[in-house]
Amino acid sequence: MFGEIVYLDNAASTRLDERVLEAMQPYFFDVYAVATSEFGYSPGIEAKEALERSREALAGSLGASPDEFIFSSGSTESSNMALKGVAMALGEKRGKHLIVSKIEDFPVLHSAKALEKQGFQVTYLDVDGDGFVNLEQLQNSITDDTILVSIQYANQEIGTIQSIEAIGQICRARGVLFHTDATHSFTRLSLDVRRVPVDLITISAHTIHGPKGIGGLYIRKGTLINKWMDGGFQEFNLRAGLENIPGAVGFAKAVELVTPEENERLRVMRDRLIDRVLADIPDTTLNGHRQKRLPQNANITFHFVEGESITLHLDMRGFAVSTGSACFSRSLEASHVILGIGGDHERAHGSVRFTFGRYNNMEDVDSLVEVIADVVNELRAISPLSEATK
Amino acid sequence: MKFPYSEIVLEHFRHPRNVGRIEDPDGKAMEGSPACGDMVAVYIKVDPKTNCITDIKFESYGCASNIATGSIITELAKGKTLDEAKKITWKEAADALGGLPPIKVHCSVLAVEGLRAAIRNYEERHGLVKEKEPTTVEEVRRRLRRVMNPLTGLDLIRTNLVRDIEVKDGTVRVVVALPAGHQFAPAIREEILEKVETLWDVEQVLVEFTE
Repeated sequence: MFGEIVYLDNAASTRLDERVLEAMQPYFFDVYAVATSEFGYSPGIEAKEALERSREALAGSLGASPDEFIFSSGSTESSNMALKGVAMALGEKRGKHLIVSKIEDFPVLHSAKALEKQGFQVTYLDVDGDGFVNLEQLQNSITDDTILVSIQYANQEIGTIQSIEAIGQICRARGVLFHTDATHSFTRLSLDVRRVPVDLITISAHTIHGPKGIGGLYIRKGTLINKWMDGGFQEFNLRAGLENIPGAVGFAKAVELVTPEENERLRVMRDRLIDRVLADIPDTTLNGHRQKRLPQNANITFHFVEGESITLHLDMRGFAVSTGSACFSRSLEASHVILGIGGDHERAHGSVRFTFGRYNNMEDVDSLVEVIADVVNELRAISPLSEATK
Repeated sequence: MKFPYSEIVLEHFRHPRNVGRIEDPDGKAMEGSPACGDMVAVYIKVDPKTNCITDIKFESYGCASNIATGSIITELAKGKTLDEAKKITWKEAADALGGLPPIKVHCSVLAVEGLRAAIRNYEERHGLVKEKEPTTVEEVRRRLRRVMNPLTGLDLIRTNLVRDIEVKDGTVRVVVALPAGHQFAPAIREEILEKVETLWDVEQVLVEFTE
């Protein structure tokens, strides 16, 4: 909570858990040395050990070995590195074609666009009304020139969970690398690289009550990828830069604190919100699949009203949520995700995303439902559209 | 809490004035911006003797600046003559609201257009429309100033998105400097059609994109 505000935008950012801060603190004040080799001075060795312990924990949470995981500044960097690093490594040798879904988050989508400008071809896969990629279309889109498929594990706005195991199998069978942006699903859904044939995974700490500015990229052993940041030899010589050790320690702690019970608690809140809103407020549409969605995500369109008006009213009454309305975004573009699932501008216009986190509870849900019903009624009362349809 | 909106905007957003519809209006109009999705309906009652707006109401399917501008514009127009009300500009409405964020121009300008369109509707219904003049490139350009470029919140003319305008034998051709596959291309096309088609001597409007 932000003072009085019930914060329901946990997909964008989360409140840091005190226990994470506590774990990080020694690496700001005591062990602040650069990570050195085992031949360095003792604070440096201690720093190095903390970094490697964190790496081990994070890699382990994905079923990977520590040398398959590098730290980055967050999921934007990880996805940039996955797409551009692979493109640079394989573009000349293997081919210049990539495949992504239309509803990827901006780091993947805009990296793909940037590569297009450099002579790569990109196929943007359609999704169905719930946001699922069509596996047949994926099959048919892979050519001899395809080097990488990048499809998210779960969607940032509507929460839809892709069948990444099946997608990975298709890619594996065709000898194409598979990257998945798991920013919003990490620790909320299970992902084990020993079972799922995925070659690159983007994750971040900011969605799970960890610190901002730290993320990571899983890179399966043997995957060809170019060095991303030039400088020193850090991160297996793939990403130069002074290691963010407090961040890495905090990230590992944040992962440790997520439990199956918490995920279940989020799911129950999500279901209660969806069920009550759809039942209590007429002319509402759930965006995304009812079951196959992130446990912490609900996204609902309130027809005949506009999302920014809803969020502003909710803010004034103590709730922070976000919307896919064009009016809300800095670019004034409607959500590409809602448009991608076949929605029109009207559906995006009144869409509101609610994302739950550790510091929300069932009372928040119940009071939210009441407040949002009021807000939507008030706005509908002044809307020229609602009358016309009655 | 810190909002990008002035206190006056928030006050009008929270408690919009003159909201609703007039059941038997003398003039009415619905202005919409398919690009951003906002819509405004304006209803007026006019005293035929004085040509004064005796009552005015609005409805909004839009964001905070859209609602607030609808509210303020009804306050500004009430009691004014049609000629006075017609001259109320977006700038005057924005000033009365203590300013609006530049990116929100296109949502708020709709209310001003809604008022003018409702007045025009009254004038047309009551035979007050002045002499009909043939449509010129200049007139088309003037109308395109009311089509917003959603990328910037400014109009198509100001943002140099209109490459060419041609008026010939009842056909108006407008060339827009955007790829046809752009997210806003269909919306911009629709808005151009809406604004230009109503000209009395225009039979066909062709909107072309450069790529």
